[in-house]
Amino acid sequence: MRFGENGLINFEEMAAIILFAIGFTTLLFNRNLIKKIIGMNIMDTGVYLFLASMGFIFDREAPIITDGVTDADRYINPIPSGLVLTGIVVSVSVTALMLSLTVRLYEKYRTLNLDEIYMLSHNRGGKP
Amino acid sequence: MNMKMIKARLAAWWRGEEDLTEELYGSPRPEEAPAVPDTPLPRLHSTFVIAHTELRAFRWLYAVLSAVFCLIIIGTMLYAVTYMPPYGSADTPTINEVFDRYVEQGMAETGAVNTVAGMILDYRAFDTLGESFVLFTATCTVIILMKDDPDLKKKKHPYFVDYRYDPIVHSIGSLLIPVLLVFGAYILFNGHLSPGGGFSGGAVIGSALMLYAMIFGEERATRVISERVIQTVVLCALGFYALSKSYSFFTGANHLTSIIGPGTPGNIFSAGLILPLNVAVGCVVACTMYTFYILFKRGRLS
Repeated sequence: MRFGENGLINFEEMAAIILFAIGFTTLLFNRNLIKKIIGMNIMDTGVYLFLASMGFIFDREAPIITDGVTDADRYINPIPSGLVLTGIVVSVSVTALMLSLTVRLYEKYRTLNLDEIYMLSHNRGGKP
Repeated sequence: MNMKMIKARLAAWWRGEEDLTEELYGSPRPEEAPAVPDTPLPRLHSTFVIAHTELRAFRWLYAVLSAVFCLIIIGTMLYAVTYMPPYGSADTPTINEVFDRYVEQGMAETGAVNTVAGMILDYRAFDTLGESFVLFTATCTVIILMKDDPDLKKKKHPYFVDYRYDPIVHSIGSLLIPVLLVFGAYILFNGHLSPGGGFSGGAVIGSALMLYAMIFGEERATRVISERVIQTVVLCALGFYALSKSYSFFTGANHLTSIIGPGTPGNIFSAGLILPLNVAVGCVVACTMYTFYILFKRGRLS
């Protein structure tokens, strides 16, 4: 297995993947539901950074037409910016949905630990 | 709110006198119900849960499998990044004829100086309509989930902070709210000319509404912005958006000419339907943010 030569040049994509990895491990290895939601949000920020770095081009400006110059060699790619906007909206909605489900679970079981919720919901957590 | 009052509040806060409600507002602080401790539901101890054999075996398996899964996914993605085109170069596959078309013809076709606004609200307006409906659906689901359950009475948490009687939050917040509202409106109405637009402007306005509800109390906020007002605003905004973009169904998708022309690019009243659509999206986003706050705080809208 050989690695490509652009590993160090693509430092921003690397940082995005590492951010995604931090969020993903937080999501998988924590038993607390609130911490899982935080991990999910960190994953989202990794995706935003990846998309934004895909649209960037050196020595070019933000895609807002200035002085009436409509030359494609002057502006960066506007499409990833629109995709990041979509991602942010979906992330806000999903976070609100997950938090409200967590509130309901806490009201019923008085705990945020997934294992304890599992034990209580299967009636196995009574007497030791 | 004058400087003398703020100074008195800060001085009293510095001296450590917490309850200044009567001398500052003229009325005594309302009597609060004593905090009731949590219901004595069986609260398991974590050590006991881990001691359970079935769950312990499952946890070992889960930890090993998730570690392997994480390593595979992260390794694959890092490996793929090393083969991607170099960062910031202009000859990547994403810089194609779509990008050229959006940048070179976008201002002439949509009238928007901000190419991103022209893209998401003119070329891809159906996508943004779907996003608004995602927010609307999330609001409906949260309303259903957070509805008061008569069996489970909401108890006041003992560490609950009431910002109505906090001198710093109250004075700074009442200075900030008008500024936030004006700034949010500026972002909304300049969405086709500068960075911003419906989503960011709506988020700023929504944060101003949240701050209002936080420092003046939810009762007063829900009297001004009631459930009916929120429903009407969201329904009108989404209905206007859907109607104004569904004409392409009736005219045939190949003849997409708007009735309103693009106007002079750079003017505030230009870019056809982008300005009203930005305002509609901003209304939906502001109402959604405010609804989330009120629902998580009180459990109901009015």
